[in-house]
Parts: sequence; C-alpha cells; structure tokens
Amino acid sequence: MPLDYVAKRIGIFFLIVWLAATINFFLPRIGGKDPIRDMLIQQTALSGSVQTGLEEMVEIYNEKFGLNRPLWQQYLTYLGDMSRLDFSYAITNYPLRVSDMIMRAMPWTLLLLTTTTLFSWVLGTLLGAFMGWPRAPRFLSYLLPPLLSLNAIPFFLLGLILIYLFAFHWRIFPLFGGYTQGTIPALTPVFLRDALYHSILPALSIILVSLGGWALGMRAMMITTRGDDFVNFADAKGLKGRSIFLHYAIRNALLPQVTALALVLGQLVSGAVLVEIVFQYPGIGTLLYQSILASDFNVVQGVIFVLIVSIGLTTLILDLIYPLLDPRITYRRA
Amino acid sequence: MSSIAEVLSTQEPLHIEEVRPERARSTLGYLRRNPSLGIGVLFLVALLLFVVIGHLTVDIIQYRPLSARPLQSPSRELPFGTDKQGRNLYAVMVEGTPMTLRVGLLAGVIGVALGATMGFIAGYYGGWADNVIKLLVDVGLTIPGLLILIIIGMRVRGGLTVDQMALVVGLLAWLYPARTIRAQVLTLKQRSFVQVARLSGMSNWEVIVKELLPNLLPYLGASLVGSVSAAILASIGLEVLGLGPFEAPTLGMTIYWVIYNAAIINGWWWWWVPPIIVIAILFIGLFLVAVGLDEIANPRMRNRV
Repeated sequence: MPLDYVAKRIGIFFLIVWLAATINFFLPRIGGKDPIRDMLIQQTALSGSVQTGLEEMVEIYNEKFGLNRPLWQQYLTYLGDMSRLDFSYAITNYPLRVSDMIMRAMPWTLLLLTTTTLFSWVLGTLLGAFMGWPRAPRFLSYLLPPLLSLNAIPFFLLGLILIYLFAFHWRIFPLFGGYTQGTIPALTPVFLRDALYHSILPALSIILVSLGGWALGMRAMMITTRGDDFVNFADAKGLKGRSIFLHYAIRNALLPQVTALALVLGQLVSGAVLVEIVFQYPGIGTLLYQSILASDFNVVQGVIFVLIVSIGLTTLILDLIYPLLDPRITYRRA
Repeated sequence: MSSIAEVLSTQEPLHIEEVRPERARSTLGYLRRNPSLGIGVLFLVALLLFVVIGHLTVDIIQYRPLSARPLQSPSRELPFGTDKQGRNLYAVMVEGTPMTLRVGLLAGVIGVALGATMGFIAGYYGGWADNVIKLLVDVGLTIPGLLILIIIGMRVRGGLTVDQMALVVGLLAWLYPARTIRAQVLTLKQRSFVQVARLSGMSNWEVIVKELLPNLLPYLGASLVGSVSAAILASIGLEVLGLGPFEAPTLGMTIYWVIYNAAIINGWWWWWVPPIIVIAILFIGLFLVAVGLDEIANPRMRNRV
C-alpha cells in the first residue's frame, strides 16, 4: 500500500476527530447562554430564599472553571482534554467520571453492533448473491419484497413490534434490559447466557431490518457482474457453475459491498442508539437517552464524541483494508 | 441510489415481454412497467386521504391532552382510543401525520436546494471549490447527522418548534444530494451537447440553467424523495430521544410518549399500533417512489443484462 494513500486516510480521520471536538465546543456556545448563572438562579429559585451575592458567586465559579479566559484559550484546553478522552465529571451522577460511564456502557453497544452488523452483512450478501444468480432456487426471489419493506422502516420501529409479539404477547424473551435485574455483571457462563438471552430481540430488530439492504446491493452487483466478459469467458472455458459463482462472480461483486459498509456505518450507529432506548439495553444509546432526559451535558458531549471517533476509526480501518481486498487497485499516482 | 436503479433494471426483463408497445405510452401503461412508482404513490395518496377524511370527521383540537377520558380503548366515538394524558389518538394521527410530512418536505427541499447548489459548483467549476466541497461531504457523511442534531436540540430545549426542527434537519441534509448531483454534473459536462453550448458562447450560468438543470430534473426528484425520507427519519429519531417539540402531536412525539409511558408493556396496544403503521406506510411509500424515480432517471439501465 502506498504511503500517501495511508497518510491521506489517516489525515481524514484526524479531521473527523477535530471536527467532532470543535462542534462539541462551539455549537453549545452559540446560544450565548451563561450556564453557571442559569444554574445558580435555578438553585436559588428552588430554595426559595433570596440569594445575595449571586454575581460574586458567578464570578468565582467562572474563575474556577476557567470560563473567564478568552475563548481561544478555552478551546485549546478543550481540545487537549478531548485528545486525552477526558470528559470531566457527570453532572447528575457527580462523583462518576463521564469516561468511566462510557467505558461501562461501551462493551454492550460494541458487541451488539458488531455482531449484528457482521451477521446481517454476511447473510444479506449471501442471499443477494444467490438472488442474482440464474441457477439459484426460485423461492429466493419471493424473499426480496418483504425484506425490502422491512429495510425501509427504522430499526426501533421493528423493535417495538418484536417487544410486543415475543416479549409481551408470547413471553418468549425478556421485555427489556441487558441482563436480569439484580444480577451483577461478571464474566461467568450464567451471566453471559443471560445477557445473550436479553440481546436476542434487539439484535433481531437490527438484523432483520438491515438484511434487505445488503441483499439488494449484492443482487444488483451480481447481475451486473454475470454479464461481464470474464464470466462469459469462464463459462466458455467450461468451468463448473459453482466455481464461476464463487471465484468469479462473488469475488468481484463483493467489493462494492465493503464500500457500502463504510458508507452506512453512521446510520447503523444512530439506528442502534434508538434500538437500545426501546429495549432499555445498557449500552451507549440508553446512556445518551438518560443523559438527555437529565440534561447532563457533559455525558451527552462525551458520548457523541466517542461515537464519532469510533465511526471515524472503523471507516479508516475499512478504507485501509479495501486495497488489500482488491488487488487491481494500487493507488499509484498517474 | 445507483444500486436501487441497478436492481430495478434486473426486474425489467421479466416484464418486458408482457408490455405491448401501443400501451406503453399511456400513464397507466407506464405505471405497469414501473410498478414501484405506482404502489409507492398509492401508499402516499392513501395517507393523504386518511388525513383529509380525518379532518372532516374529527375535531382536530382534540389532539391536545385532557380532551377525553385517558386510556380508553377504541370505541365508536373514539376510533383510536385515547392516551394516558387524554389525547384523542385519532385526532393526534390526523394532525400529526401532515406535521411529520411537513418537517420532511421542508428539510428535504432545503437539503436538495443546498446540495444541488454545492453539487453544481463542485462538479461544474471544479478546482479548489470542488476539493473543499468534496472533503466537506466525505467528512460530513461519516459523522451521523443525528448526533449533531442532538447537540443543537439540547441547547434549544423546549423551545424547538416543528418548523425550527425542519430547518435544523435541513441544514444537515445537503451532503448526500451534493455528492450524487456532483457526480451527475461531472459526467454530463463531458457530453457533446454541453460542449457545443459552451463553444457557442453560452455563459456558465446559462449552460447550468438551460442545459444541465433540465437533464438533471429526474435526479433532483429522486434526490428530493431520498432527502425527505432521511429528514423524516432524523426528525423522528430526535423526537424519540426526547428533543422534539413537546406540544406537537407529530408521529415521532407520539412514539416518544409510547416509550416514555411504557405503553407496550402495559398492553395499551391502540396507542402504538396506529403511529407504527403510519410511519411504516410513509417510509415504504417513499422508498418505492424513490426506486420508481430512479427508474425514470436511469432509463438506460432498463436494457442492461
């Protein structure tokens, strides 16, 4: 892999991280509100007493949090904090650090999202490959309309329906949560089985919805590929159908699917966030939801920053893998 | 979008023999050849019909809380029942469906207008403007719009009206149209009729308006439908997260109240079934229309394979 390609992709990754931090810093400040004064006024209103010396208190707090310094100095400090993943303390759960809360929720989201994405990508791609191949069983083509209809609706909408059917009506799966309430998360077989049992419905709502998209894309690529000259040539050469299917058609049709994976990553993450809320799954999405309800800005900003950085990182990895998958691409300068 | 078009092309060969040439000219004949467009439009018309009939049969003001006794299951007077705060859910649906559509349409139009402008500048003029816009789109598309909307939503909490939400969603919705339209302008620019127009002394502005724009109309249409759908998705996401307009009875806010009050676990099925069905019909209808428009935009794909 040539160095300037790698350098360019890494450059874009850092641009994304910088942009995420900058948005986090400037967007909330656009309103021109004074959070400390607002908070203090709210507190005095709640206590009912007439607070004297409010302005002095505002000044002391501004001094303490460095809010009286020029904006560019605050911005540089903020960028420094972000680069160390230091998001300060959670406002509503005071002694807890935001990074600790994120670290606790992250494994849940990471596991749910990676397994469901990989599973639906592999299954959908395989389905699509068969659908786009003339010698495949006929019944497969009847699968496309229902899969595509599912693909058009948001993840969480199917999640709501699944909760009703499988958890409320038939009582096969638990109604909500990531594990049985009262148990303490630990890496024991009993707990892992429990967690798996709880994650089946959320996983199903992501997989069933995204399956159609992957099948659709792969089917289209297979149909384009099977008309190509090299496939005709392989056919004329007398190669077995199976061999043409696996080594000629799929091999070539697979590449755009990898690109597509990088493109929809962001949608997947925002979709999964909403699924977690519906199932009260103990991941990043639920943390975000609870922090929004509690107006805990520190946690919200931390979660958003971590999510954007993770998406950027995954895109970078996919971008770096792609040339290895496609030997025709050398990325040499013309 | 291109993948959808490619798929459609694959469905065509099955239908081609059935279509007789003399029929192909009429609209009905066209819809038969392009069933996605027909069914999609049908879905959306059905929703509009529901809204129109609803406006004639229910007092819209009942979408407000305390309009009726709370948590009534459907009956003759209250066809969709009421929610925990005493909203007449039939009125909520009738008032909320066009509201959600309005958010999508407003945001989609803003997104496509901005995106088309950016796409034309990048594709037609090229140079540093192209590089900047391309980088902006590449980076912007990596960051989920919903996350940025959350930060904005938290700042203007409670004060966000339906139209403000549409505006905010629209300002982030231009990235994808910009990318597709830039790509189209790039290929169109090389075609001979554009070259002739330029050589015959048309100004850049004239070439864009008179030569490029009419040829890109189907793409703009397909882009618009895609943007509307994406904008509705984003707005519903924002609402489910609790950052929507609390006073408004939009589809997303109804889902928010459903989740907030755990309506599913409590067995209040009439509360969540209508919004889910309406949202599903809306998204599937928009998807089918987008597929159908793609078919118009890429007629050449029909004969492939």
